[in-house]
Amino acid sequence: MAVEGKAIDALGQFELHSALGAVGKSVGFTQSNLYMLISAGLIIAMMVWGMRARAVVPGRMQSLAESAYSFIDDMVLAQIGQEGKRFFPFVFTLFMFILFGNMLGLFPYAFTYTSHITMTFTMALIVFLLITTVAIVLHGKKFLGYFLPEGAPMWLAPLIIPVEIVSYLSRPISLSVRLFANMMAGHVMLKVFATFVVMVGALGTVGPFVAVLPLAINVALIGFEILVAFLQAYVFAILTCIYLHDAVHLH
Amino acid sequence: MEVAAAKAIGAGIAVLALFGVGLAMGNIFSTLISSVARNPASRDIVFPIGILGFALTEAVALFALLVAFLILFT
Repeated sequence: MAVEGKAIDALGQFELHSALGAVGKSVGFTQSNLYMLISAGLIIAMMVWGMRARAVVPGRMQSLAESAYSFIDDMVLAQIGQEGKRFFPFVFTLFMFILFGNMLGLFPYAFTYTSHITMTFTMALIVFLLITTVAIVLHGKKFLGYFLPEGAPMWLAPLIIPVEIVSYLSRPISLSVRLFANMMAGHVMLKVFATFVVMVGALGTVGPFVAVLPLAINVALIGFEILVAFLQAYVFAILTCIYLHDAVHLH
Repeated sequence: MEVAAAKAIGAGIAVLALFGVGLAMGNIFSTLISSVARNPASRDIVFPIGILGFALTEAVALFALLVAFLILFT
């Protein structure tokens, strides 16, 4: 699979296949959708199971659920302020969905749904539509003033306004491409080094000993990828918070 | 054959952006270290900001990588 005619096939892991047999094939249900359902189920299970005990001194599952909750709660409060409380469910859902997607993708034979641009761009587009709607509902016509910061000299307006509009419109693109590129590059890197292990290992008697090197690199890379998986979910959530702050407060 | 060679050269040029990313990474972490060294109590406040800067800078490197992939595989 990995070694086909001495060429490294690093992108084959991102191909979509239909899951769940004939039923999945007829409705176009792919393994990407399957992993989305699995991660949603895991999140719900974690929260429901963790919150069932409601002990004053939390057990393991309860403290896991509580620390995830308070982590996002602190972030929303610090970034948006007291008005941001009503956006907490949205940010929490986004964060957990991306985190579980990234982490599930690190398991062998698992599929990373965040490594597809269509999926990340859809999420970024939801965020973009939400911030624009919130800004228009809260501020009405004053929202247009967002594109000309207060105190900027009038003669600079022809320069500032296009720049601000372009930077506003590029938000969903940078938000989605960052997550997608991080996950894709990480998995390509893992696959390339894993292919090295197989290729070098086949080279005579010395091969298996030299193959330990790329294997060690792969082990280190997995640790790095766990960091990246958490970090990208965090970055996505905190940038959503920063954008929501802009929408609520207009600069 | 010339097209394949040009693609390889173009992909190589596309990742030249890593020059700036390398500078930025070093800058972020040197500033992080020096600010923690000056005021160790500020570590909890400064560290998440530094990590955020790291993630945002890393994204620039991945944009370059993406351009290289687009050149090579499309």
